[in-house]
This record gives sequence, structure tokens and C-alpha cells, in this order.
Amino acid sequence: MSKTILEVKDLKINFKTYAGLVHAVRGVNFDLKEGETLAIVGESGSGKSVTSNALMKLIPQPPGIYESGQILFNGRDLIPLTDKEMTKVRGNEIAMIFQDPMTSLNPTMKVGRQITEVILQHKKVSKADAKKRAIELLTQVGIPFPEKRYKQYPHEFSGGMRQRVVIAIALAADPKLLIADEPTTALDVTIQAQILELMKEIQKSSKTSIIFITHDLGVVANVADRVAVMYAGQIVEYGTVNDIFYNPKHPYTWGLLGSMPDLDNDTDELLRTIPGSPPDLTNPPKGDAFAARNEFAMAIDYEQEPPMFQISDTHFAKTWLLHPDAPKIPLPDAVAKRIEGFLAKEAEFND
Amino acid sequence: MTKTGAKKILEIKNVKQYFGSPSNPIKAVDDISFDVYEGETLGLVGESGCGKSTTGRSIIRLYDITGGEIIFDGENVHGKKSKSDLKKFNRQMQMIFQDPYASLNPRMTAGEIIGEAFDIHGLYKDKKERRAKIQELLEAVGLNKEHANRYAHEFSGGQRQRIGIARALSLDPKFIIADEPISALDVSIQAQVVNLLKELQKERGLTYLFIAHDLSMVKYISDRIAVMYRGKIMEIGKADDIYNHPVHPYTKSLLSAIPLPDPMSEKRRQRIQYKHTEVDESASYHEVGDQHYVYGTADLVKTWVANR
Amino acid sequence: MTQQQIEKDKFKIVGGNHEATDKLADKSVSFWKEVFLRFSHNKMAVIGIIILVIVILMAIFAPMFSQYKSSDQLGVYNAPPSAQFWFGTDDLGRDIFVRIWEGARISLFIGIAAAIIDLIIGVIWGSISGLSGGRVDNIMMRIADVLTAVPYLLVVIVLLVVMQPGLFPMIVALSITGWITMARIVRGEVLSIKNQEYVLAARTLGASTSHLIIKHLVPNALGAILVTMTLTIPSAIFTESFLSYLGLGVPAPTASWGTMASEGNKAIANAPWRLIFPAVFISLTIFAFNAVGDGLRDALDPKLRK
Repeated sequence: MSKTILEVKDLKINFKTYAGLVHAVRGVNFDLKEGETLAIVGESGSGKSVTSNALMKLIPQPPGIYESGQILFNGRDLIPLTDKEMTKVRGNEIAMIFQDPMTSLNPTMKVGRQITEVILQHKKVSKADAKKRAIELLTQVGIPFPEKRYKQYPHEFSGGMRQRVVIAIALAADPKLLIADEPTTALDVTIQAQILELMKEIQKSSKTSIIFITHDLGVVANVADRVAVMYAGQIVEYGTVNDIFYNPKHPYTWGLLGSMPDLDNDTDELLRTIPGSPPDLTNPPKGDAFAARNEFAMAIDYEQEPPMFQISDTHFAKTWLLHPDAPKIPLPDAVAKRIEGFLAKEAEFND
Repeated sequence: MTKTGAKKILEIKNVKQYFGSPSNPIKAVDDISFDVYEGETLGLVGESGCGKSTTGRSIIRLYDITGGEIIFDGENVHGKKSKSDLKKFNRQMQMIFQDPYASLNPRMTAGEIIGEAFDIHGLYKDKKERRAKIQELLEAVGLNKEHANRYAHEFSGGQRQRIGIARALSLDPKFIIADEPISALDVSIQAQVVNLLKELQKERGLTYLFIAHDLSMVKYISDRIAVMYRGKIMEIGKADDIYNHPVHPYTKSLLSAIPLPDPMSEKRRQRIQYKHTEVDESASYHEVGDQHYVYGTADLVKTWVANR
Repeated sequence: MTQQQIEKDKFKIVGGNHEATDKLADKSVSFWKEVFLRFSHNKMAVIGIIILVIVILMAIFAPMFSQYKSSDQLGVYNAPPSAQFWFGTDDLGRDIFVRIWEGARISLFIGIAAAIIDLIIGVIWGSISGLSGGRVDNIMMRIADVLTAVPYLLVVIVLLVVMQPGLFPMIVALSITGWITMARIVRGEVLSIKNQEYVLAARTLGASTSHLIIKHLVPNALGAILVTMTLTIPSAIFTESFLSYLGLGVPAPTASWGTMASEGNKAIANAPWRLIFPAVFISLTIFAFNAVGDGLRDALDPKLRK
């Protein structure tokens, strides 16, 4: 049984703005084991980026406020730590990679130095050893001619190559946890595939845990062991990747899956969309935040926030539809048909 | 590459778009030819730098082309044109842009943005008529008439894109080039916008050129698909054929890289890598199926078809 | 966790209400209103505006309502500030208080006039250059570069010596290279705006160049233009004071703050208030314009938008 390296308990984060107090994260709970990848899926305004930035205490305070909750990294709560104490954690134990490789790299500094800087900051090694390690890292992330590339500037690399450099920098001090915030969203699909493969390789060899934030369900299916679906600042469904994709229980998850076109079953029907827009978090709605956009909403959804219902050891969903008194709503047709198709393909493959 | 019986609304013939110095030009679009038939949606896919956006913008005359011909509804789009000719093109072909944040003037209200075309072309001079027309357009894209007086920055990404669509519809065009209209939107909002585009096509008999890099959405919305790579069209055919029976190795590599929401298949997926080799001048388009063409030398195409 | 009893009929499907979620915020806020709100939260900028308003109002009204005229020689020479002469008198017995406000009119007039000339030339030069691109842009900008390379002080001194010091020559001297900054700023704005998708959209709709300029380029470049103007004025006031010290200021009996300070400098030992007052007002006004300009620039910064 691998050990748990991160436990987030009831995290609540607010922001003070001109328009009022924004409740960006409203009670988020999840954990992460050594060597596994947790995908946090959500759309704009879901709170996924705020959550991931919060893990590294990167939320500027003000206007951010860590209202309540705990972030237990290897048993130690990070929230009370001072900025000075956090600098020992960042890079060293938890590292982060962002979406845009162009702005993540210092354009005036050679790439090699950006890597060795991290190593020398956190490890007591000589400059020569740091350089050796940096070249190893460049090789590990798949950059050809690493000795030559070590001396080059970011603008001499293509987008995909830059993102590899960003990953090398993140891994430089051997962090136990890597947070990747939409690392492939800005990349072409073939480059994205390469970067995802790279990340999985690295995870296998270094046993790094990864939190992968994205809005692309295909990418989630590709990289994740477990998934947390976020909506309006909360996790609404949580489980293994198979739980979420083959047995989704929350109507928002159904909506996300339905929004993707089914390419195997050719149909002229319109996509099953989620109507409306996400709620304004300066005034979070009473009850279930998804109710207004949920065709299966019940009276209770407008009055009380649902608790997390347990579906199995690994699978949880925050919807009143799982209450014993609620009507049994089957999976919407489009989503069900596609899942059937996938399971049939898998069965075929196994024969 | 013709389809018998259908009317061609757009013909692209050997179009070249070269930038930079004439001795060593950047060939953004390097001799492409294709047709768009009335009422269909042609998807144009490729990765960044392949020339798809440049193609779209050249068709709509944002750029002048270096060579070749673009014929819209029987008339040449480029070359010397009078002001009234140009205005005629504006009213028949329009464009939807990618970035919902950059494609709307931050100093204008939704109503002003949608009505701008009326001012330019001297239409709907009567205030009441103009207001009614703007309302009609707002409602056609799923917005309320109250939104006419709101500024662009007050809307969400999806709503802004709808305003952009309403603007493109304001002159009642026949043909719309959608340049990556959904790339910058959230997944569920993408679905809303794609549905809207499909509905509008049905209601108004529009023809679309849908430029994108997301093959899944393109396959869903398009009748035919053209795959571009480094300024050339590598393969063109019916959407199903391209997706299910791709011939060109680049198309195959592109398809194999798309992640599907199927964890078990993703875990055992084997990606096909593409190694680009320059083809010589003898390369041309070879027919490999009904309306299905591939670019390459005769020998190469033979091997590709065998490995289908 | 305690299970509260929930009535069974609360579990009947009632559906969503998504139209309500598409509602926009209640109040419509235009771009300039937002800018104004952000500006008014900036303490320094607000102080700057208050100072400017006071100075301008005093410049307009104080000489009108003063009991003394600025040219009246009242027989009391180099008197320190008192109840009768709030700012004291000078060596010709003139009331410094009324002269300061008359001087304000001149200094402000010079500063604003120079800024307006810079604005007109700079905007025209910069927008033609930016819109044309290519060779025209190149040539126009190289001309501007050459003018910047010429030693400014030399040119100005020669000009003023040739034209004889005066109000009009002073304004010309100040604007002679001042327009270049504005031109560069406008050109930069035009270059970045003309490639924005909303301008491309207007072009595909069939917009003419003048339509693009009036409806899209100018409104969006206005912010930068305003900030530059607001920061040009204090620069002009300062340079005018400096040139006055060189003896090139507006000739008597007209007095600007610069010439008053220059005169006051000579009496610094026995009548220091003759230097102090104009110097204080020059500094205060320059500070105020800079605070307002900085505040405006911050308020217009798109990154600060939520």
C-alpha cells in the first residue's frame, strides 16, 4: 500500500475584490498517494487553478484569504507556514509547471542556468555537479544534444521543447509532488501526446506524484489514476479514472462527457450541452451550485447543499440524486451509448 | 477533385502565400487547391504553423495572395476590384475569429459591435429598424435583447463568441469562415457554440469553412475534411473516410495523438509518429476513394494505400 | 453524520433554470467608468487632481478678484509675507501673490499649449507611420530618430536667440522635439491595435481606413495618448523654468513662474520668498501632473481588470 503524501482537508479560499468577496474554493477534500496521478478537471471558474496555486501557497494575500482547512503535505500543514519556510518547500518538495512555456522561462537566461539555479538553491552540491545533473535532466526530458542545448536561450527552442525544459526545471530538485496546471493546453495535439508520454515515463522512474489540472477529458483519460471533478469551487465527483469515465454519477460529469462529440457513433444530433453559465461566486447559490443548469434538479437541490455520497470504496459524488429517496436517473443516452461502445471495444481486445 | 452535381461556392486554385524576402521566402501556404460546395462544412485542420489560418485570411482578403486564384461564386476575389465589388464580397462572405477577448472592441457595446456593418454599408438607417435587426441577431445567437447595451468585457467567453457570430451574420452572408472559433472556450461552452453553428447553418443555408486544430470537433461538424501540413494539403476527403480510413501517414499520426475519454484504450494506445520526408516535384494529388485524395508521389501513395 | 429527515416530495425532479445564470451583472459599467473608479481609489492621483483644480481655479480667478494688479508698484519693496501681502512683494513693490497667479496662467498656458502641439503633430505623425508600415514607417521613424540625436539645448538656444525670447517662441522651442515622444507612443499603439482581431473583423466587414481610425484606433489609443499628454505638461513647465534661468524666458513685464524664480534667485539672500513661492508652485504643479499621469496609466492598465 503506497503512502499518502498529500491530504487536503476542507480547504476554503476567498478573494477580496471590488465586486465583493469571491468564494473561489468552497470546501475541497482530496488526497494523493505516492507515485500516482490525480487529475483535477473543471472549467473556468471551477476553482481548479486556485486550488493548485493554493497548494504551493502561491495565492497572493491580499486579496486571497486562506479561510479555513488544511493542506497536509507528508503530515505537515502548509497553511500556517511563513513565506520563508515555504521557499524551502517550493521547488524542493513541490514543484509546479504552468500552461505557457514562453512566459515560464526567463528569456534572458540560458536554459542550463535556469535548471542549475534550482539545484543549487536546494541541494548542497558543487556547480560542476549541478551542471552534470542539469544535462542529465535535459536528456531525461528528451531534448537531443543536451550539452549544446544547455547553453541556449529559450527563444531557440520550439513550444514543445520549451515545455520539456520547464519540466526539467521542475524536476531539478527531485520534488515528491509535481503540480501541472494545464501544461499541454497551449500545445499542438502531437506535441501534447509527447509531453504526456514524457510525464508518465518520469513518474514511473522517479515515483513522483502528479496533480494534473486540465479541462480536457481526453487528456484525463490518458494520464490520470484518479480524478476530481470540480464545479463552482467544490469537488462534485471523485474516484478512479475508470469510475469517472465508465460509471459517472454526477449530472455535471454527464454534461462534460456529453459535450464531447462521439466519433464512433455517427450521428447528426446536436451535442448534449450544459445550458447556461457557471454561477457567480461572490454570491454562491443556496443549495447545489449546479442546480440551475441541471435538467434533473430536484426541489431539495435549491435548498440544501448535498453531502458527498459514497458509491464505492473509491468513488464519491456530491449530488442529491444518490440519496435513497431520489428517483433513479439513468445515464443520458448519448453518454451511455458511448461507454457501451468503449467497453465493447475493450472486451474485443481482450479476446 | 469534383463532386458531381453540387455547386461550388468557393474554388481555391494553386494558392500560394509567401512572406519575407523573395529569395528565401517563408511559404506559409504552398500551392494548395480545393473546392467548397454550397451548403457543406469543410473542415481545415492542422497544427500550428501549417498555414490554415493564413489560408482563411487570404480567402477573405485580409492578405493579398502571392500566387494562384481564389474564386468565390464564379468571381475572382483578388486582383483589382472596385469599392462596390469589394463591398459585395463583404456581404457574401464573413469571418468568425478565434479569441473571444481580442475579437471585440473593448470600447463598444454588443449592439454597436453587431451594428457596425450596417454603418459601413449604409443599411438599416432608420433607428427603429436598426434596433430591431440587432435584437433579431442577438436572439438568433441565444442572447437577450437587453445585452445590446452592455460592453464586451461584461460578457463571458462563450457569450462573446456568440456576439462575434452575430456580427458575422449581420450582413446575411452565404459563406462563413470560422477561424478556430472554439479553441479558446471551455469544453461545455464549445459544445454550445458548435450546436449554435449547426443550427444556424440549417436555418440559413450557410456554407462553412471550419478551421481548427481539434480533430474531434472538426470531424463532428464537418462534411469533408482537408488536412494541412507545412503549407500543403496532405489529404482531403469525407469526414468519415478521413477519420476511419486515413491514408497519409501524417493524418494517421494526427489521429493517433488525439486522446479519447476512454481510459482503458488510452492506457494501451500506441501513438504513430510522423517522420516528414520532402516529396519531389512529381508529387500530386491521387484519388484513393470517393472524393478522397492524397498528396504524394505515385509510389508513395501506392505504399500508403497498401498499409491502410 | 446525522441524517435529517427530508420530505419525500423534495426529491421530485423540477429541472433547471439556466436562463437565470446567463444574466449579466446589474450595473453596466463602461470602460471609462471603470477607469474613473480605479483612478479615484488611487490616493496620490486624487491628491494630484485636487492640487491641479485648486491651481487652475486660482490662476483663473485670483487675479480677477485681487485688489492689486500684477503691474501695480505699491511702494513697499521686498517685503516679507504679511497679512497685507500674502506672498510678500518684490523689488519693484509688486504684490507677489497676484503675480504668482498671473504667472500660473502663463506657465500653464505654455505647458498646455506645448503639449497640445506635441499631441497634434505626434498623433498625426505616429498614426500615419504606424498604419502605413513598411518603408513609409521606416523613413518617418528615422527622421524622428535623427531629430532626437540633435542636441536639444543647442537647438533651443539658437532658436530663441534668433527669434528673440517671447511667449510664442518659447512654445515653439518646447514643442520642437516634444512631439517625438507622442509620435512614438501613438505609433506603438497603432501597431499593436491594427493587428488585433477586432480590427481585422472590422476590415472583413468592409470598413474603410477612416472608419478604422475613428472607431477603433483612436478610442483604443486614447488612454495612452492621454497619459502621455498629462506627463508632457510638467516636462514643458520644467523646461520652461530651466530656460528662464538661462535668460531665455518670456520677457518682462509678462512673468511666468520660471522667470519669477530666475529673478527671485538673485535676491535669495535678502528676500528668499521671491524664489521660494514660484519654486514651490512649480514643484507642486509638476508633482500633481505626474501623480495624475501615473494614476491614469495605472487605471488604464488592462492587467488590473479582474
